[in-house]
Amino acid sequence: MGGRTARAFPGLPPGAGLCLSAPRMSRPQPKLVKTDKAGELPLDRALLVQMHELMVKSRVLEERLIQMYKQGHGYFWIGGPGEEAFNVPLGMLVKKGRGPAYDFLHFHYRQSATLMAMGEDTVGALRQMKNTASDPYSGGRNFAGHFSKSAWNIVPVSSPIEVQYAMAPGTALAQKRHGGDAITIVTGGDAGTAEGDFASCLVWSTRPGNELPVLMVVTHNTWGISTASDTQQANRDISERGRAFGMKTKRINGNDPVESYLELQEAMAYVRKERKPFLLQADVSRLYGHSSASGANFVNAEVDCLAAFEQRLEGAGVLSRAEMDEVRKRWTEHVAAEARQVVQEPPPDGESVWNHVFWEKA
Amino acid sequence: MANMAQAIRMALHYAEENLGVTDVFGEDTGAPLGGVFTCTQGLKTAWNSPLDERGIIGCAMGLAFAGQRPVAEIQFVDYIFNTVDLLKLAGNTCWSSNGDWHLPMVVRSPAGSGIRGSIYHSHSFDSWATRLAGWKIVMPSNPLDAYGLLLAACKEENPVLYLEPKALLRIKGEERIPGEPADDKQLSKMIDAPLGDRSQWKPQWPALEAYVVPIGKGKTVREGDALTVVSWGRLLPICVKAADQLKEVGLSVEVIDLRSLWPYDWELVKGSIQKTRRVLFVNEDTEVTNFGEHLARRTTDELFYELWAPPRVLAGKHLPGIGLADPLEMASVPQLKDVLEAMRHAASLQP
Repeated sequence: MGGRTARAFPGLPPGAGLCLSAPRMSRPQPKLVKTDKAGELPLDRALLVQMHELMVKSRVLEERLIQMYKQGHGYFWIGGPGEEAFNVPLGMLVKKGRGPAYDFLHFHYRQSATLMAMGEDTVGALRQMKNTASDPYSGGRNFAGHFSKSAWNIVPVSSPIEVQYAMAPGTALAQKRHGGDAITIVTGGDAGTAEGDFASCLVWSTRPGNELPVLMVVTHNTWGISTASDTQQANRDISERGRAFGMKTKRINGNDPVESYLELQEAMAYVRKERKPFLLQADVSRLYGHSSASGANFVNAEVDCLAAFEQRLEGAGVLSRAEMDEVRKRWTEHVAAEARQVVQEPPPDGESVWNHVFWEKA
Repeated sequence: MANMAQAIRMALHYAEENLGVTDVFGEDTGAPLGGVFTCTQGLKTAWNSPLDERGIIGCAMGLAFAGQRPVAEIQFVDYIFNTVDLLKLAGNTCWSSNGDWHLPMVVRSPAGSGIRGSIYHSHSFDSWATRLAGWKIVMPSNPLDAYGLLLAACKEENPVLYLEPKALLRIKGEERIPGEPADDKQLSKMIDAPLGDRSQWKPQWPALEAYVVPIGKGKTVREGDALTVVSWGRLLPICVKAADQLKEVGLSVEVIDLRSLWPYDWELVKGSIQKTRRVLFVNEDTEVTNFGEHLARRTTDELFYELWAPPRVLAGKHLPGIGLADPLEMASVPQLKDVLEAMRHAASLQP
């Protein structure tokens, strides 16, 4: 089997086989070779194992968040179970850091798997669900899945479904001015592309002579809350909208982590090198509905990207069922232990509402 | 003396050179026009954007996220309304991230009536703006303050909305901006773009100096003891004119230029009201849920037993727009005669 070297990768619980909790020092650069057994999976075995583990980590986290909501340990849940096959590779390929020399990330609220793949600990999301004072993303002020992390250029996720597309050209402009290969990545769902900010991003990223290094991502789950997308938007392929602006575009199967990894790698390489935008549509599933407002129950009718990937991994001999069960068990226990701790943590003090209305030098 | 448009231009030049401003941008902000009110002519960081206000505010936020210092322009404040949720987002970014992020960005926009601008070039945004917690809101009434407040805004680490009273942009000041040449014609020759072909034109900037009006500091522009009048922006000079006229007939009116709407100089206002026992708040935004009403409510809450008369508010009429015809505009926003009448009335009330 090719590419045997186990890579250190982030965000796994202590004691995990491949995993190390130390930050990754560089982005994975897999050899695109076919493995002996995993002939249909044209990625390095270690990378496949890593992707699987991160998908499990993300899924277990989201399912724990849903459980916390249902147990009364949070007021609202929204997240990204069903998008792991796309969001994990995205996180693995991010150039992570602070400032214009690193990728800027304008996410929407289904992006937990990307953070997990970037090496984020699971406990922060649990704290945000429980709205504890220790919530690292908002100090108990915002919903689950509304991440913020300036150390990694993750700008605050907000509930409006479109605003991130309006802001993305600004960070990309700063990056282009700065030089280097850092890019701006903006994500949103298909329903949000009906908003004008999506068009703003198309326009501002392609001003003649001032094209910007923006990777525009649309994760298309065919739903806008309860409304089917094909009843509202005539354009079946949203990526085609980029062509009118001379953008490179592609529509991919976001339920396939291998395809997602390879296509993201290619799209990101283009944006990094050419300093021009790329519109990527990834078709994904929405496995627990829109949010807790719609019940947050598992949806059987849609492709479960994790189950499908596990079948392929097993079929190709990359991982056995027992090994994969062990991964899930390990993460389940890890996250459950964190949740037990988090539910004991205090909420923010009421007087803290006055903190950070304005930023002041320390 | 420089007019307010020149003062703004010089402040932006100073900020480009000394305060790290990286982008002065918006619709028609760059060459060749340099802004529909000429405020951005000749600036080295000025550039033209698409006609997309949401894109402008969003881009400013992105630039600020990435460590730049943008000064964005919305060409007329009437067109800022479709950006309100982005303004809200900019205002809550520091708070919602629990202090993890902050946005050093300035948004400038000409506001208010007085140029016969009809329904979409006459609106005010003062009161709407004060509901955007997380923003600092300023509005100068003369060129020197315009210069000083813009320098303060460009030094800020938080979003600042800088409202320009468009009717005053061509009015010359009474106080010299530090570094401004003594001769107005010389200044114009140095920094005003010529008519016609401007492709080869470059400004010759005077050796400007720092002059900062701290955000949150008002100014007493007329002292008096019978009535306190608090105003800002376009109606401030009208209030001053009215106070001067009333002084001639023996009515002593104190006039405060609030200059900053948020945070505002309550100590200055409070001290004046405690002296005169009467107050009138004057502005041209529409009168229902007007910012003057907030000030009147606070006056009542904190100073009720010291007052000799109820706090009064004179503001624009609660109308859907400002009509183009002269009588329509004059019937919609306070004019000198309205201010005089309101001052006389407020001063005449007895306990």
